[in-house]
Amino acid sequence: MGKTITEKIFEAHKIDELAGGVYVLRLDAVFCHEITTPIAINDLVARGKDRVFDPDKIKVVIDHVTPSKDTKTAIQAKTLRDWARRNNIKDFFDVGRNGVCHAIFPEKGFTRPGYTIIMGDSHTCTHGAFGAFAAGVGTTDLEVGILKGVCTFKAPKTIKFNLTGKLPEGVFAKDVILYIIGKIGVNGATNKIMEFTGPVVEEMSMEARMTLCNMAIEAGGTSGLCYPDMKTVDYLWEHIKTEYSSKEDALKDFSKWISDADATYDSVIDIDVSSLEPMVTYGYKPDEVKPVRELEGTPVDQIYIGSCTNGRIEDLRIAASILKGKKISDNVRGIVSPATPGIFKKALDEGIIDIFVDSGFCVTNPTCGACLGMSNGVLAPGEVCASTTNRNFNGRMGKGGMVHLMSPATAAATAIAGKIVNSELFKGK
Amino acid sequence: MKNFNGRVLFLDRSDINTDEIIPAKYLTENSKEALKPYLLEDLKLEGFNTKMLEDVSAIVTRENFGCGSSREHAPWALEVNGINVVIAVDFARIFRQNMYNCGMLAVELPAETIDMLFKKFANKPTYLETDFDGGKFIFTSGDLKEVVPFTISDFDRELVKAGGWVDYADSRY
Ligand code: SF4
Repeated sequence: MGKTITEKIFEAHKIDELAGGVYVLRLDAVFCHEITTPIAINDLVARGKDRVFDPDKIKVVIDHVTPSKDTKTAIQAKTLRDWARRNNIKDFFDVGRNGVCHAIFPEKGFTRPGYTIIMGDSHTCTHGAFGAFAAGVGTTDLEVGILKGVCTFKAPKTIKFNLTGKLPEGVFAKDVILYIIGKIGVNGATNKIMEFTGPVVEEMSMEARMTLCNMAIEAGGTSGLCYPDMKTVDYLWEHIKTEYSSKEDALKDFSKWISDADATYDSVIDIDVSSLEPMVTYGYKPDEVKPVRELEGTPVDQIYIGSCTNGRIEDLRIAASILKGKKISDNVRGIVSPATPGIFKKALDEGIIDIFVDSGFCVTNPTCGACLGMSNGVLAPGEVCASTTNRNFNGRMGKGGMVHLMSPATAAATAIAGKIVNSELFKGK
Repeated sequence: MKNFNGRVLFLDRSDINTDEIIPAKYLTENSKEALKPYLLEDLKLEGFNTKMLEDVSAIVTRENFGCGSSREHAPWALEVNGINVVIAVDFARIFRQNMYNCGMLAVELPAETIDMLFKKFANKPTYLETDFDGGKFIFTSGDLKEVVPFTISDFDRELVKAGGWVDYADSRY
């Protein structure tokens, strides 16, 4: 009987099996940020266990509120900073070198095919785009991960999404994942892995695959996963070229982490994307999704382009192609947060930052910022935000605020119109 | 073991998410106790106000409780309010794991049972007694009484008994 990629990863990392089909897995990486880690650190210190299992496997960033906005967030940052120093953690990204965790860690080459990764952050599923098993955990699991390099997971069940056809122009990975969540519901993949395969995924860039996997958690999924291929090798090549004699050699090695053709799935869902339209959320749950067309004309107050879902260079390029030579509506404010300094620099070099500034956007430093309503663009009660992020929960971007999730293309077009509209890139109905 | 007995609050909604349980703006707090006043502050549920949380020790709700963020602040906010048990049709994975990692109870019951509990008790003052070893919940309200059996995995049971996962793991691996 064949195995899924996740079963193969579990098998290679299993160090114990507990009652009730619970696996204890060895971890290849533990990622940390300043919101969920400081409490874990304080608890470890209180227990007299201020140590880490392997400083080289722990990667740390300050990203949610940065630079710190008040005393409390400054204490969180300092707790993380001091801890990283005293535990010899070299990969620590502080102000000026920091960016959104799920964008900067892949960029630095820390996410590899076949890896097991945890982080105290639900969107850790993003890293599955590289063929890794990556899952969000709470602070206690994180604490044990830091201390012992292990974590428990139930034996994986997988839903395979076979994406066929051809994406119409102006329809992107974000629209695909919104469509999928709308179809299966916010509970549709709870305790399951969402494996994304098929020609549409093969065509997608690593950035697009990360967008796809990023929102697996919004359907309850433990992780999103794509198979590693030459695009994965290309993306990581800078970081792995000393380990392999050639790209083909790396690809051969990575190919261990692909599901067998006769693997067993919980279910297989076939989706032909050829007639898909740009999608947008309309309520307070990510599965409340409709075609943009049906919400056309809905006024908005703020546009936010950024986050671990859509703050990467490809996203900024798409938005800039729509904004070029145009001004955003006087009735809205636009905010863009390139997800990492690397992306920021590329956007500068390519003239993308100029386009954003000329159109009337506010460009912020790399940070989660407005995404979770903690800084850099909090909504007032009753305000509406068109956002490229991943969560439209009540109060997510500010108490009493409303969020419509959409692709960067739709967000850019909406900024110009001052109300929700399809972008000119979409030529459909 | 923590206390699993006391007054029950019924929340008649599915998909109650972690941002509703404890909004992100409070994640800058460095102590669990500081979260206490903000539990369920942003809950979207007609007729609900946070005063109803007074003296509550258990929550009964519908499907997919705790979806969204990985924040363990959600169980902590419950814990510091004296709520150590949540009963639902099902839970989001991370929230459920966080509950057990803290030695708290997140118990799944069939939708029909939950429905029966809502019909019978939801608008009456209701008290829960938990027979942990016997695997039974005893709901009472005046003369009304309902005994509901539950099962949790052996591993979850050990976590509840040990009071959490940190010491358990450190002594074993
Ligand atoms: S960008 Fe938003 S969703 Fe992503 S890690 Fe930051 S806060 Fe979480």
